[in-house]
Amino acid sequence: MTEEAQQILNAMPKGTSLWEDALHRLRKNRLAMFGLCYLGILIFICLITPWIAPYGYEEQNLRLGAVPPNSEHWLGTDTFGRDMFTRILYGGRVSLLVGFIATFVALIIGVAYGAISGYAGGKVDAVMMRLVDIFYALPYMIFIILLMVVFGRNLLLLFLAIGAVEWLVMARIVRGQVQSLRQQEYVEAAMSLGLSPFAIIARHLIPNALGPVIVYTTLTIPNVMLLEAFLSFLGLGIQPPQSSWGVLISYGVETMEEFPWLLIYPGLALTITLFALNFFGDGLRDALDPKASRD
Amino acid sequence: MMSFKTRFIALSMILLLAACGGDSGGETRVEVGNREGVFHFGNHSEPQGLDPHIVTGVPEHHILTALFEGLVTKNPETLEPEPGVAESWDISEDGMTYTFHLRNNAKWSNGDPVTAEDFRWSWQRAISPLLGSEYSYMYYPIENAEAYNLGREPDFSKVGVSVLDDYTVQVKLHSPTPYFLQLLDHYSMYPVHRATVEKFGSATDRLSQWAREGNIVTNGAFALTEWQINSHLRVEKSPLYWDADKVKLNAIVFYPTENLVTEERMFRDGQLHRTEEIPLEKIKAYQAEQPEITHIAPWIGSYFYMLNTTREPLTDVRVRKALAMAVDRALIADTVTQGVYRASTALVPPGTVGYTPPHLFDYDPERARQLLAEAGYPDGQGFPPIDILYNTHEDHRKIAVAIQQMFMQNLNIQVNLVNQEWKVYLDSHNNMNYDISRRGWIGDYVDPYTFLSMYITDGGNNKTGFSNARYDEIVLKAAPAELDRDKRYALYHEAETILLENMPILPIFTYQYKHLFTTNVKGMPDNIMGYYNYKYVYLEPEA
Amino acid sequence: MWRFVGLRVLQAVPVILAVITVTFFLVRAAPGGPFDTEKAVSEQVKAALEARYRLDLPIHEQYLSYLGDLFKGDMGPSFYYPGRSVNDLIFQGLPITAELGFYALIIALVIGCLAGVFAALKPNTAQDYVPMSLAMIGICMPSFLLGPLLVLIFGIWLDVMPVSGWGQTMGDKVLPSITLGAMYAAYIARLSRSGMLEVMHQDYLRTARAKGLPERIVIWRHALRGGLLPVISYLGPAFAALLSGSFVVETVFQIPGLGRFYIQAAFNRDYTMILGTTVFLSTLIVLFNLLSDIVAAWLNPRLRYQFRK
Repeated sequence: MTEEAQQILNAMPKGTSLWEDALHRLRKNRLAMFGLCYLGILIFICLITPWIAPYGYEEQNLRLGAVPPNSEHWLGTDTFGRDMFTRILYGGRVSLLVGFIATFVALIIGVAYGAISGYAGGKVDAVMMRLVDIFYALPYMIFIILLMVVFGRNLLLLFLAIGAVEWLVMARIVRGQVQSLRQQEYVEAAMSLGLSPFAIIARHLIPNALGPVIVYTTLTIPNVMLLEAFLSFLGLGIQPPQSSWGVLISYGVETMEEFPWLLIYPGLALTITLFALNFFGDGLRDALDPKASRD
Repeated sequence: MMSFKTRFIALSMILLLAACGGDSGGETRVEVGNREGVFHFGNHSEPQGLDPHIVTGVPEHHILTALFEGLVTKNPETLEPEPGVAESWDISEDGMTYTFHLRNNAKWSNGDPVTAEDFRWSWQRAISPLLGSEYSYMYYPIENAEAYNLGREPDFSKVGVSVLDDYTVQVKLHSPTPYFLQLLDHYSMYPVHRATVEKFGSATDRLSQWAREGNIVTNGAFALTEWQINSHLRVEKSPLYWDADKVKLNAIVFYPTENLVTEERMFRDGQLHRTEEIPLEKIKAYQAEQPEITHIAPWIGSYFYMLNTTREPLTDVRVRKALAMAVDRALIADTVTQGVYRASTALVPPGTVGYTPPHLFDYDPERARQLLAEAGYPDGQGFPPIDILYNTHEDHRKIAVAIQQMFMQNLNIQVNLVNQEWKVYLDSHNNMNYDISRRGWIGDYVDPYTFLSMYITDGGNNKTGFSNARYDEIVLKAAPAELDRDKRYALYHEAETILLENMPILPIFTYQYKHLFTTNVKGMPDNIMGYYNYKYVYLEPEA
Repeated sequence: MWRFVGLRVLQAVPVILAVITVTFFLVRAAPGGPFDTEKAVSEQVKAALEARYRLDLPIHEQYLSYLGDLFKGDMGPSFYYPGRSVNDLIFQGLPITAELGFYALIIALVIGCLAGVFAALKPNTAQDYVPMSLAMIGICMPSFLLGPLLVLIFGIWLDVMPVSGWGQTMGDKVLPSITLGAMYAAYIARLSRSGMLEVMHQDYLRTARAKGLPERIVIWRHALRGGLLPVISYLGPAFAALLSGSFVVETVFQIPGLGRFYIQAAFNRDYTMILGTTVFLSTLIVLFNLLSDIVAAWLNPRLRYQFRK
C-alpha cells in the first residue's frame, strides 16, 4: 500500500467489531464492572484459601463455643468454636465450585443438544424440542429432591441433578440461534464445500451463537447456587464436614437469635456474590444486545 | 408521576395496616387454654395413625394414652401400677398367673361396655402374624405368645390368655416377669373395639380406615374430635369414661412441631403449654433465667454407636475398645449437649430401679492409642477410612462432628460422616450396611431387661454381629427365671459385663429429656419414663 | 384460534404421560423401602405388607395397574399413613398451598407491576435505580434467608406477627405470603420495566401524545397493554416457580400445605404420595402453562402462528 493510502487509512475512524462494541458498552456499565471486580477478587481468594486461612477448617474448640467477631476470630466462631472466617472462605469454594461445575454441565448438554436440534431441523428438531417441553413442564424442585433422596447425597450427583435441570433453557436458546444462523450464506457455502455437519456446527454455528449463551451462562450460575443452597438447607445438598454457604446459612438460621453473626456473614456472602453475578450478567446482556432493555 | 407514587405508597400502607391485625393485644392461645381447660401440646411429628397395634413412636404414644386405656395404668409420680380398666388383680405365688377383675362400668366412646372378651380379641389381633405389629415382643412373656406371633402355633387358645367371665381375664406367663404390669400400660396392649375394626375390613388389614376421625371408637379419658394432618389433632374429654369425674382437662390439642427452633418460638409466643424439645443453644439460658419452666430430667434411654463387628477393621475387639476410649464423653456432654445428656460407659442407664451397670473403662486416649497400635495401626497408620452413620437430626450431627474430631485428634484416623433420613437409615441397619452407626434406645418399661434383651444372637434389634452363648443363656433363660431381685441384677451385671468386654456398641450417653412447660401446667411431674397420665393434669390460670 | 388451542392441548397429553412414567420408575429405584422399621419385623409380615400394596408384582404390571387407577382418578393409598389415600392428603394440603400461592402471586403482581412501570417512566434516574436495586435484592436473597429474617424482625423483636402456622392465629398468613411473593415481585418488576420500555417509544404512543392526551391516559390505556405482555407470558413459569418456592416457605413457617407433604413423603419413602404429588403438580403446571399461552396468544395474535414453521 502506498504511504498516502496508509495515511488515509489511519486517519479514518477505526471500525469496531461486534465484540469490541460490546466490550466498550460493558466497561461503561459501572454496576457490571463492580460485579466483575468483586467476582475476580472472590475467585482469587477462594483459590488461595488453603494457604491463607487462619485456622484449620474443622478445628474445633468445644470449650470456646460461639463467640462474636473479635481480633482473633474476625467473623466470630460457631457453636463448635470453629473460625467463621475460615469456614466462609471454604464454603465459598464449595458454593462457587458447585455453581460453576453444574452450570458447565448444563452448558455442555444444552449447547450440544440445542445445536444438533437446530441444525437438523424438521422432524428431528420437532421431537427433540418436544422432549425439552416435557422436561420443562416438570416441577424441577420436585425432581431434584427426588433425585437426591433416591440416589443419595454425593457431590457428583448434585452436579448432575442440578445440571440436568438447567440445560433446558440453554438448549432452547442455542437452538433458536442455530436455526437463524443456519440460513446464513457462509453456512451454505461451508455445506457446499462438503464440510461435515459436525465441523459446521463446531466451527461456524456455535462460535456465532455464543453471545446469548455466555449471557445466559452467567445468569445461570446464581440460580444454581441458590438451588444448591436450598438443597443444603433441606439437608440434601452438601454433607458435613464439607460446608457451602447454603449449609452455613441453614445452621445460622437455627441459632439466629443467640448468635446472629452465624447467619449474617454467610448470608451477606451469598447475597453479595449473587448480586455481583447478576449485575455482571445483566451488563453482558445489555452490552451484547442493546435492544434488550435499556433505551 | 405524583398520582402513581402516592397511589403506590397508599396501597402499601393499607396492606401493611390490614396485615398488622396480628396479635397486638388480645389473649394468647395458652391464656385462652388456661381458662377453658384446653392443653396445647407440642408433639414433634404428625402421627402415622391411631391404631395402637400398628403404630410406633413417641408422638403416637402421647396421643394414644389419651384416647385409650389398658388394664393397668401408672401413677405419674411413682410409676407404680394403678387400676385402669381392671379395678383389681391377683398374682399367683409363683408370679406366673395374673387374674384381672375388670370394672363393670368401663365404656367405649359409643356406649358399648368394655369386657374381658375385648381384651382377648384385641390381644389376639395384636400378635397375629399377619398384622405385623412391631411391638409384638411386648407380649412374649405370655405363654406361647411368641409361638403364635411367629406362626409356629396356629391355635390362639393355647396362648396364655383366657376369659373367665365377662369381666375377668386371666393371663399365664412362661416365666415370672416382675415388670409385667408395666407392659400392660404400653399402647400395644390396649384394647380395640372389635365391631368397629371389623366394620372397615379384616382384623389384620393394616390399611383399614377404622382408626380415622369419624370412625374411631376408643375407651380412654378423651375422644378424638378433630384431626387435620400436619396441622393439629384435637381430643376432648369423654363423658362416657368411667373416671370422668377425676378428669380436669377439657381438651388436648396436639401439634406436629417438627422444627424444634420454631417450636420454641411458638412456646414463647404463648401458643404451646409444652414443647417436645429445647434447642441446645438455649438450654443454659433457660436453666439460668427460667428454671421453673425448664424440665430436664433423666430419661430411661441410652445413646450409643453400634459397631459392625463383621467389617474390617472393626472385627478386632482392640480396635473397638480403642475407639471407645478415644471419646471424651464428658466434654461433649458439657459443651455440645449443654449438659443435657450424661456421659455413659455402659448400655443400661444407671439407677434403673436400683441397678448399677458395670464400669469397665474411661476416656483414656493413651490406652486407646496403645490398643490401636497393638491391633496393627500404630498412630493410625494404615487405618482404612470408615463411616459414622446417623439419622438426620441437628443433635446427632453435632455429636458426630465432635466425635469425628476426637478420633482425628486422639487416634489420627479419618472417619467420614454419613447422614441418612430415617427410612434409609433403618434399611442400612437391617442390611448391616454400615461401619459405625448412631443408635438410641428408649426403654419400653423400667427394668434393665428392656436394654439387655436387644443383644441376643440374631436378635432383631442386634444388627452388630455380636453373639455370645453365655450372654444368650443369661438373658433368655437364667434371668427371667430368677425371682430374687438381687440375684437377677447380678445376672444382668454379668451379662452386661460380657457385652462391654466385647464392645459391639460404643456407649456414649444416657438420655435426659428436655421440655418446656408453662407454669400453669400441673400434674405432669418428671419421671424416668417421661410418662404422662392425663387424668392427673390440670391447668391453673395465672393469678 | 381454536386450532391453536386444540393443538396445544394435544401436545400436553404425552408430556403428562412422560412425567408419570419417569417418576414411577425413579421412585422405585430408591433405596430404603417403605416398610423398613426400627423394631425388626418378621419376613412374613413384610411379605404380607408388600402383597397388600402390590409391591410383589413384576414392575411393569405395577406400572400398568397404577395407570389404570390413575385414569379413574385414584392415586392409591399412602404408604406412610395407613388408612389414608393419596387423594385425601393431596386435597387436604392443596387448598392451603393454593391460598398461599394466590396471595403471593397477588403481592408479586401488584408490587412487581407497580414498581416496574414506575421505574420505566423515568429510566436511568433514582426513580429507576431504587426499585430495580430492591428488585435485585429480592432475586438474590433466597427465601429461606428472607423468611427467617422477617420472622426475627417482625415476629420476635417487634412481636407484631405470629412466627408460624397458617390460619391458626390472626395475621399468620402475612409473612409467608410476603416471603414467597418477594422473589417473583422482583422478576415481575424487571419484566414489566423492560416491557414498558419497549413500548414507550412506539409510534402509536407518540401519536396519542401528539393528540394531546394526558400522559396518565397514554400509560393506562395504551402502553400498559403492550408493556405487560411479557408479564402475562411469565405467569405460566411463575406458577411453576411459585409451587417450587412454596416448599421452602412451608418448611420455614410450618405450613401444612402440599409442599410440606411432598418433602415428608420424599423422606418417608411414601412412594404413592411422591408419585401422586408429582403427577398432580406437573399436570397443574402443564395446564397453567397452556392457559398462559392461550391468554397471551389471545392478546397478541402474532403468537398464534408460532408453531408453524
